[in-house]
Amino acid sequence: MRAADALFRSLEAEGVDHIFGIPGGANLPTYDALVDADLRHVQARHEQAAGHAAEGYAHASGKVGVAFGTSGPGATNLVTAIADAMMDSVPTVFITGQVRTDLIGTDGFQEADIVGITMPIVKHSLLVTEPEHIPEYIHEAFHIASTGRPGPVLVDVPQDLARAEIDYQPRTEPVELSGYKPTVEGNLKQIRLAAKAMANARRPVIYTGGGVKNANASAELRELCDSDKFPVTSTLMGLGCFPSDSEQWLGMLGMHGTRTANYAMDEADLIIAIGARFDDRITGKLSEFAPSAKFIHIDIDPAEISKNVPAHIPIVGDVKLVLPKLNREYQALQTDPSRLDGWWSRIRAWQNEYPLTYEPGTEGEIKPQLMVEMMHKVTGGDAIITSDVGQHQMWAAQYYGFNQPRKWINSGGLGTMGFGLPAAIGAKVARPDEQVVCLAGDGSLIMNVQELATAVNEEVPVKVFLMNNGFMGMVRQWQELFWSERYSGVENGPSPDWVKLAEAFGAGGLRCEDSADLEEMMIATLEHDGPALLDVRVSPRENCYPMIPAGNAARDMVG
Amino acid sequence: MASTDMVRLEDLHAGRSPLSGRKHVLSILVENKPGVLARVAGLFSRRGFNIDTLAVGPTEDPEVSRITLTLDGAVHPIDQVTKQLHKLVNVLKIRDMEPEETVAREMALFKVSAAVENRAEIVQFAEIFRAKIVDVSRRALIVEVTGSHDKIEAFESMLRPHGLLEMVRTGEVALARGGD
Repeated sequence: MRAADALFRSLEAEGVDHIFGIPGGANLPTYDALVDADLRHVQARHEQAAGHAAEGYAHASGKVGVAFGTSGPGATNLVTAIADAMMDSVPTVFITGQVRTDLIGTDGFQEADIVGITMPIVKHSLLVTEPEHIPEYIHEAFHIASTGRPGPVLVDVPQDLARAEIDYQPRTEPVELSGYKPTVEGNLKQIRLAAKAMANARRPVIYTGGGVKNANASAELRELCDSDKFPVTSTLMGLGCFPSDSEQWLGMLGMHGTRTANYAMDEADLIIAIGARFDDRITGKLSEFAPSAKFIHIDIDPAEISKNVPAHIPIVGDVKLVLPKLNREYQALQTDPSRLDGWWSRIRAWQNEYPLTYEPGTEGEIKPQLMVEMMHKVTGGDAIITSDVGQHQMWAAQYYGFNQPRKWINSGGLGTMGFGLPAAIGAKVARPDEQVVCLAGDGSLIMNVQELATAVNEEVPVKVFLMNNGFMGMVRQWQELFWSERYSGVENGPSPDWVKLAEAFGAGGLRCEDSADLEEMMIATLEHDGPALLDVRVSPRENCYPMIPAGNAARDMVG
Repeated sequence: MASTDMVRLEDLHAGRSPLSGRKHVLSILVENKPGVLARVAGLFSRRGFNIDTLAVGPTEDPEVSRITLTLDGAVHPIDQVTKQLHKLVNVLKIRDMEPEETVAREMALFKVSAAVENRAEIVQFAEIFRAKIVDVSRRALIVEVTGSHDKIEAFESMLRPHGLLEMVRTGEVALARGGD
């Protein structure tokens, strides 16, 4: 069998039914084999977008997302998506074409050392040197991408090797790699210690992250939190794993989190970190982060434990396996829930004093926060929301109210503008029965707006709600607050005409400039047959609050 | 209430300081595959860890290579270094060598300017340090010396006043003492 055909048999054996990509010279053999493959190829318009679509697919489904690109510029265009998948631990496999083996190292046409370029931003990478290795490498790549702490794996396939004939043997056996054995069970002694610490805590906070989503451990988290009315907060990446309508929910924490969540962390005596990594957007000034707290840190990646904040009780393991054990040990201690009453009255006082709020707009003005609240209303709070990066992303995180995992898809770690639209396409391909809405910023959307062509041509009916304030809003906000209002490079101006642009791509286009029309126009956009964009003109200079200025402590929140 | 008061929060302590304050020798067994050294070296530069010495070579198993590197535990959190290294799929085993239980050796070649009147003294130093003269020319000698890092440093400081023309050092290699 031709190696390129074996590549697709191998992908099919891994259960792949959708891939995203763009062909080119070096992956011509692969695209030839694609003609006979039993899976759907979604043809993107830029490899970066193919990569983000694969990420969106993975976020929405929990399966491995797959993106294809050719050698040279095709591969380098994937780099941002690969880095994004690494930072947010997204299970993905990137398959690049490479120039013929006799050309490698000669600066051949469209040659780039993509394995070398991506080394610091992949979980692992494999350069095919023998065509017989392809089935084995694909099998390994999926295993590595999807187990342990998930992440991107790159497989680079030289053109001539893809054309070679090999004796194809399906690889379905368990992968054995002596250098890769994730610890999943969690040390029971440590778990018992953690349960006892929790039982003795008077001011505990459960702080969760994207690891809960990756572990599909939302139900296990809810059980643990319910066991004793623990207060719960989450990072941006973990939103939805714990229901935002729960009485125990404090809101998101960190730079644009709620005062309640940040103050609770500041005064906590015990923080139970679950699948979260103490990023600088969470801790602010590290030396003043949660000064009274002891830390239980549960994570599948041992390198995250004590990386930024020293853990008192480290537990390495899969959250899905650790949480039920922790819950069992905790329940056996038969604690007295009333010991948390004082803590809860303090929390309730913060919640009453500092709710998330904003100044209502003038007649007809569309406040960005109102726009997010309206999105919640028209989607029943139940859509898959993707976002770009910036103010609109933070407002979505604050105001949408996510109640289920895998409904909130955004670029947290790398902060990639232009992520939202291609991610929405990937999510909609993965879950066609769900309403998928991309909440975009006008600065971000244009960075991958060509993907409207993908949505139209591939008939992927995603909806884009564009929060258009005419600015690189978050940068403008920082220049206003911290750079003496010296605005630099943040005005987007009147171009493009988004409605005409959407229509030029063959998508529906609507514009909303009056808050009285917002609900109706959002519904019309959702009901449009096919992809559609709603250009919403929001208050141009609204700032996103509250916030912890970079490098400050939680108690110094402003706004 | 069951035994909940067995763990008081104030009795919990985080692990020891991440900085050990001493030199560490890491012995890293890796798969003998193309690009593995680049992955290891790249990880150090990306995370801002500075390698002091580095030696790479084969082991008794042709599929496995050994990377021996030294780094300063006063500057770098060694736990974090080893945990990050473990995340590389091609890294099989890492040993943070205990100084008392380790035989560590480095080799160096020194080219010393050796006028006739200095020669005797250089040869005498070489004998004291159990070094060997491996090349002699009219103006210079090459001296080969093997030993601990400190011994080589000491030897170098003895030779330097005579005019050290060039030197090359291998970086330390190390094995644990005993039978395991």
